[in-house]
Amino acid sequence: MKIRKTKPEKLIPTTDGSGMKRRSFVRLLGGGLFVFFNSWTFPDLFGGTPEQGRSLPKDYNAFLRIAEDGTVTCYTGKIEMGQGIITSLAQMMADELNVQFEKVKMVLGDTDLCPWDQGTWGSLSTRSFGPNMRAAAAEARGVLFSLASDKLGVPVTQLEVKEGIITDTKNTSNSVSYAELTKGQKIEKYLDVKPAVEDFTKFTYVGKSYNHADAILKVTGEAKYTGDLKLPGMVFARILRPPSHGAKLKSVDYSAAEKITGIKVIRDGDLIAVLHEDRERADQAIVKIEAEYSFNEMPVNDKTIFEWMLKADSGSNEIRSGGNLETGIKLSEKIIESEFLDPYLAHTAIETHSALAHLDGDKMTVWASTQSPFGLQEAIAGELGFKLEKVRVITPFVGGGFGGKGAAQQGIEAARLAKLAGKPVMLIWTRDEEFFYDTFHPAGVIKIKSGMDKNGAIKLWDYAIYYGGTRGSETIYDVPNVKATHYRQNRNAPAVHPFGTGAWRAPNANSNTFAREVQIDIMAAEAGIDPLEFRLKNLKDEKMIACLKAVADKFGYVAGKIPGGRGIGIACGTDAGTWVAHMAEVKVDKSTGNVEVVRIVCAQDMGLCVNPEGATIQMEGCITMGLGYTFTEELLFEGGNIKNRSFDSYEIPHFSSLPKIETLILDRKDQAPQGGGEPAIIAVGAVIDNAIFDATGARLYRMPMTPERVLEALKKV
Amino acid sequence: MEKTVSFHLNGKLTEILIDPNLTLLWVLRNHFGLTGTKYGCGIGFCGSCTVLIDEEPVRSCTLALSEIEGKSVVTIEGLAKDGKLHPVQKAFVDHDALQCGFCTPGMIMNATGLLLKNPSPTTQEIKAGMEDNLCRCGAHMRIIDAVHTAAKEMKGGK
Ligand code: FES
Ligand code: FES
Repeated sequence: MKIRKTKPEKLIPTTDGSGMKRRSFVRLLGGGLFVFFNSWTFPDLFGGTPEQGRSLPKDYNAFLRIAEDGTVTCYTGKIEMGQGIITSLAQMMADELNVQFEKVKMVLGDTDLCPWDQGTWGSLSTRSFGPNMRAAAAEARGVLFSLASDKLGVPVTQLEVKEGIITDTKNTSNSVSYAELTKGQKIEKYLDVKPAVEDFTKFTYVGKSYNHADAILKVTGEAKYTGDLKLPGMVFARILRPPSHGAKLKSVDYSAAEKITGIKVIRDGDLIAVLHEDRERADQAIVKIEAEYSFNEMPVNDKTIFEWMLKADSGSNEIRSGGNLETGIKLSEKIIESEFLDPYLAHTAIETHSALAHLDGDKMTVWASTQSPFGLQEAIAGELGFKLEKVRVITPFVGGGFGGKGAAQQGIEAARLAKLAGKPVMLIWTRDEEFFYDTFHPAGVIKIKSGMDKNGAIKLWDYAIYYGGTRGSETIYDVPNVKATHYRQNRNAPAVHPFGTGAWRAPNANSNTFAREVQIDIMAAEAGIDPLEFRLKNLKDEKMIACLKAVADKFGYVAGKIPGGRGIGIACGTDAGTWVAHMAEVKVDKSTGNVEVVRIVCAQDMGLCVNPEGATIQMEGCITMGLGYTFTEELLFEGGNIKNRSFDSYEIPHFSSLPKIETLILDRKDQAPQGGGEPAIIAVGAVIDNAIFDATGARLYRMPMTPERVLEALKKV
Repeated sequence: MEKTVSFHLNGKLTEILIDPNLTLLWVLRNHFGLTGTKYGCGIGFCGSCTVLIDEEPVRSCTLALSEIEGKSVVTIEGLAKDGKLHPVQKAFVDHDALQCGFCTPGMIMNATGLLLKNPSPTTQEIKAGMEDNLCRCGAHMRIIDAVHTAAKEMKGGK
């Protein structure tokens, strides 16, 4: 085998061994050109105390560190939960700094080491953190060039860098590596004029496909999630839970639990927990506690919730308006009014919320499955009355989040218990607790009144959201007379949602895209125009048009009026800076109401795609997960009592749910990269609804589209 | 109530003095440090705790230790041999058949059991055999492809 020596490899020893270089390096140091610090403490890195540091730091050193062996460690407050940023951020860092991809190591979600971050959600890692990280890398690269220029005795303009080696272009034997310049230390030199980030066309790694960098760890069982950690003396906790949201503890008797050998019961106000070094003993003890509660339930359940919302004393605000609705009504030949319903949804990551807390001296360290390590740090510090720097949150691998791991409850619980017990406490929520304390995707009602002229041009769009959230509520179509209103919780009125709600995978964008795209389909059917043509006719948004054309092309779509009996649906939308269009084919069994999805095709414009393979996986994941909210997922509840708290009563997609999934990413190398972990889920409900309509003429206005609801809709055809 | 339970664990004869009513999942995780076997629900609905017992995929969260006396248990940690990935593990890596990876050990163990019984499954048979292993990230399509690839690889290896 022939080993091809690359230039840099040859050059490293030359530079290193030249004697002069090393000495001049020391002289440079002494000359005060720049100073290295050994310590990497918080104030040092972030230029202030953690309380002051609640924004992304300005110092590029906070984002990266170059070790003596040339390894670049990249620090991010983001976390890895399967979305693949451990790979894609490393690709961006490697390209921006110009080092080998293999040399980049990621440190994620550690509040002592990583720059502050607001949380990993909203598909922001690439589009928001990415540019900041790249800017930091660009400045570091600039500084390294200026250091190299001094060291090599040639102007910066005469230097070039490849794989972490800066070389004099006029004398290629004159070169120095990043590692030699930094010696593993913090670089105390800054540029007054911040350099521009590299042009994407110059990138080597960005735009190429990489498999998950953590795959080997994950297929061998080596990857450590929070629940896999163990500390000496650690005990498992189980916490006494109320039977329903809003229930108040009246009395409790835990004498029977205390009889179990090794069980310790801890009580701090309403927090009652059992601790044991064996998880199962804690499981056995917790059910021995007898507790009485008083109830003050909201008179609402999963069936009455929509009426409840419409009747509630709501606050409202206009989120969009243009033209004049009266004009729109006058210009409209046909006006269509619809009401769409969406239930509460659970996140059901397969890893339940977990936290391990350990108080060592006056410092609390908490390992947690969280999407928001810094948020959790703050919450724990607040709860315990600790200074922020006395709380460290470390995020191991997270076993799925989907917006459901942004709250701090399990971390606070573990920290409180660890403080009380004086031992490390591991808290792994049961699946039952996971369902109960989920921050659910909010249920909501959307009402649309829309109108079109006799040519099928949309003239009126009056849109109202009740409690579902506004993300994804843009009209996207070119409509002159528009109004969108958001009816939401009135601060002075009683709570309308009976339990906590929060983010989900593209939460409200799913509801809003469902409503809009079904309404558009209804209008296309009324106008007697092919639904693709109807959309194109009413769109001005070039990216949306391009996605629709691309998906139709890949699908092999032949135009036709609906319902045409073919079972083909179309839908589109935007989310997180990304555009998506879907087409689907379904078969409906009219006797059972069962819908079989044969095929889903999705085209996506996400700007420059950092890791096409990673993005494709996310699209497939989105589509698969979308089939859950489309067909089966719905939280059942009575007052504050969550009724489906296990995987047999809350059904998420299974292997048999799987259609043929085809994806297409538009080539947009000239545009900034956008979010990819969520967009492809938003139109799944709508595309299936529209396909069911095309197959049968039955229209559904409510998700999930269970066989019973399909049968119900079929009756109205 | 403690009793000695002896069984093969990842190829090694193992004895443990323990309450035999404890479940295999927590004993593996807590007493043997084999944390690749995951807790996802604890009541048999998700499959993330799947291990092989005498080559059969079994949910370790619903299995008392007493039931494995004399049997052979293989966990995700025991699948790779001499630092070489098992064909199913390798196929999962090659197809990128995972995202968060939390369901992955259970998926791999279940797929391995499936292939031991049926070395050349059809897509329908893979779907049926994997049906009750849950993945929230939506890696299903790639998992099916990975199982096909592993099936080919395993037959080639025999
Ligand atoms: S943990 Fe055993 S099936 Fe879910
Ligand atoms: S990869 Fe996350 S649950 Fe399957």
